[in-house]
Amino acid sequence: MPKAAINITVNGAARSVSVWPMARLLDVIREELGLTGTKEGCGEGECGACAILLDGRLTNSCLVPALQADGAAITTIEGIARGEKLAPIQQAFLECGGAQCGICTPGMIMAAVSLLAENAKPSEAEIRNALAGNLCRCTGYMRIFEAVSRASRPEGPQR
Amino acid sequence: MAESLIGVGVPRKEGRNKVTGKAQYIDDLHFEGMLYGVTVRSPAPRGRIKAIRFGKEIPWDEFTVVTAADIPGKNCIALIVDDQPCLAQSVVNHAEEPVLLLAHADKYLLEEARRAVEIEIEPLPAIFNIEDSLRGDLIIWGENNVFKQFRVSKGNVDAAWSEAALIVEGEYSTGAQEQLYIENNGMIAIAGPEQGVTVWGSMQCPYYIHKALKTVFGLPEEKIRVIQAETGGGFGGKEEYPSMIAAHAALLAWKAGKPVKLIYDRAEDMAATTKRHPSRTRHRTAVSRDGKLLAMEVDFVVDGGAYATLSSVVLSRGTIHAAGPYACPNVRILSRAVATNAPPHGAFRGFGAPQSIFALERHMDRAAAAVGLAPEEFRRRNFLRKGDTTATGQVIHEDVDMPGMLDQALRESDYHAKKERFARDNRGNAIKRGIGFASFFHGAGFTGSGERYLASIAGVEATSEGIVRVLASSTEIGQGTNTILTQIAAGTLGVPYESVEIVQPDTGNVPNSGPTVASRTCMVVGQLVESAALGLKETLAGAGLLKPSYTPEEFTRACAAYIAQHGPLRSYSQYQAPPGIFWDDEKYQGDAYGAFAWAVYVAEVNVDTLTCEARVTNFVAVQEVGRVVNPVLAAGQIEGGVAQGIGLALYENVVWQNGRMVNGQMTNYIIPTAVDIPPIKVVFEERPYAYGPMGAKGIGELPMDGPAPAIASAVENATGIRLNSVPATPETLMAALDNAYA
Repeated sequence: MPKAAINITVNGAARSVSVWPMARLLDVIREELGLTGTKEGCGEGECGACAILLDGRLTNSCLVPALQADGAAITTIEGIARGEKLAPIQQAFLECGGAQCGICTPGMIMAAVSLLAENAKPSEAEIRNALAGNLCRCTGYMRIFEAVSRASRPEGPQR
Repeated sequence: MAESLIGVGVPRKEGRNKVTGKAQYIDDLHFEGMLYGVTVRSPAPRGRIKAIRFGKEIPWDEFTVVTAADIPGKNCIALIVDDQPCLAQSVVNHAEEPVLLLAHADKYLLEEARRAVEIEIEPLPAIFNIEDSLRGDLIIWGENNVFKQFRVSKGNVDAAWSEAALIVEGEYSTGAQEQLYIENNGMIAIAGPEQGVTVWGSMQCPYYIHKALKTVFGLPEEKIRVIQAETGGGFGGKEEYPSMIAAHAALLAWKAGKPVKLIYDRAEDMAATTKRHPSRTRHRTAVSRDGKLLAMEVDFVVDGGAYATLSSVVLSRGTIHAAGPYACPNVRILSRAVATNAPPHGAFRGFGAPQSIFALERHMDRAAAAVGLAPEEFRRRNFLRKGDTTATGQVIHEDVDMPGMLDQALRESDYHAKKERFARDNRGNAIKRGIGFASFFHGAGFTGSGERYLASIAGVEATSEGIVRVLASSTEIGQGTNTILTQIAAGTLGVPYESVEIVQPDTGNVPNSGPTVASRTCMVVGQLVESAALGLKETLAGAGLLKPSYTPEEFTRACAAYIAQHGPLRSYSQYQAPPGIFWDDEKYQGDAYGAFAWAVYVAEVNVDTLTCEARVTNFVAVQEVGRVVNPVLAAGQIEGGVAQGIGLALYENVVWQNGRMVNGQMTNYIIPTAVDIPPIKVVFEERPYAYGPMGAKGIGELPMDGPAPAIASAVENATGIRLNSVPATPETLMAALDNAYA
């Protein structure tokens, strides 16, 4: 099968890349688009380190064939801050100690962004469920829950 | 001013890069003309290599192929004992042992090539468990399969048995556990006879890799350079094995004349790299009528896998912790690390202590029951107090208060009321609730004379702009090295947090501050940084450039003036043992650690007697770790360690078949998720340690020790079954419940 040209809107910018149709979207993002903030932890959709938003939906990019993303809009961790200004969820991760080694952090933040887009004031149980597809080995999750909760509160970092 | 940064939860130094995705881990780096590398591994646990065949369908002339014959220096991964080859030459001693390396620019073709190599092995009989190894019918290592043996002796155990009101015996075991850092291992190397060898990678210990590469390439130390990339978790799993991967990447780069990137995928990382040592412990304990420990005899064995690697040191820490924070006049410990044909087991947070402490705490519950005391009362009567001696004869000089911490932990967890209520409510309920605790200590820094042998060095330098740069090989692996060393340097020098930079660990640029292990970074290296910073201040003061009290601006002007007059402004400090610390390697007696951290952990569980699942529903962690340098990071260490301990207790089960892990995927090797972790209440009792930086002690490993025995005790309290081993998976619990309720 030859390479195929696909068009993707990446963090708001139109991009066209030539890919093997069954290449993993994760590899296209990291290698073709040069966005290495999206990580690989397991390659089988268990750990969520490769999570992105695909047309607004939280998606493990290691499980998506590149061709399936043709015409889609994706958001990666690089698209979350506004220029040099951190998004509230990033600021909250920083302040609460939600990131330790940092390898799960991009995916974890994408899952939190997805949750907060659907549910501005999640309960702790809702936060736990929303992050259940993202594994973290460092934190025991407590400070990640706190970060998501802080980002969802008006008295938290400015929105 | 000087200490205003200590005890403050300043944000992580490199945190901004981590939350924006800008942090560069090894797999994020790309070098021009870079090839990819893979490892071809032994399919058999033990045997002779008869032939290596290359499938016809692959264009082999495009590949770089490396075997043992290509090694320029010595074919071994230098660590403690030179028994582990870099690449197996004629025999293999465990499944997944590296035999051959391949490199190619196309990683997809490379993967096909890896599968097209067939290694034919003539099988030899193999050993897969501790008991078979101890029996010695088959010898696979040395004269008796024993990598290392220790004997600890205090008082006269034999004389104590006859005085005992009770003698309590028990046997306990723990399984292998995968570190499961979310970033897999990986290295990139550039190498050649002219320029020497340079590697970048995910690692804990740059100078361990440096030593291993010197040996493999037979090069002088200045020809080897090791640079740490951002590292996505270690937990011990990136202590020793990265030396192997670095050597492999460098051998491929050496032969190819191009940079080579060697990144493991999850399956390879889980199957081939180290895990926590499985253990088996037997206890025999003499107790008086009034519940005092009279004698303890402990037989502690760990499964080291096929090569010696770090097993002797893991065993040492496990041995010293085997009698725990209890005062017992007569103690005898025999401990052994034995060989099996599993991939070598290695460092994992706690380093042998979680294994021996699990056994001890389970046994203390048994002994309490036997003598008719509540487990907390039995502990209370036997805790080490100031002035008492440990099993190795170390006199406790710290103001330790284990009874107070026990009371606090029981109060915080509402232990007594819950225990009563659960017992009442459990009747007739399919879901049984229970509560249990563990009390323990953990020594910080290298064991025994380890720190003296290491003789670590750290330094600070200042620029004309008043920027202070910390020079150490201690790595940031998520635990907070960058942040706490910055706090300590900035706090000591009275300059802002932002004025301190951490120099990237690079053996070409930083002194050897020792490995990033053993809960030593804050206490030992932090103290070196503190002392180097004091030295820098004295240099400026001695040159008449700095008054006793100064502003950051005055500090900057002093630095600029000093550098203009005298050149570079640097100060180094080398480890010196605190006064009164002595360890006898021969007798295995003395001051095992400069300081201990102390803790009592309480776990609450639900056990569903229909599905046989146990869940931890609440957790309280009370500990004393000296002064807390950064409360956010410190609590994060405890919570993360507790989560890993919950995994060890209930979920993480390495399934072995012929010495090979068969569930090496995140799909079937289960670590706790966001819905499996209970609320964790973390309480620090702060007692400054005189010889730690700003009073701090070690913290990283401590939280790994307590959860498993506390949870097992809670499961036992809930169900009445006897839980002597972990992990307590639903399968194990089902068998036990069937027995108990039959």
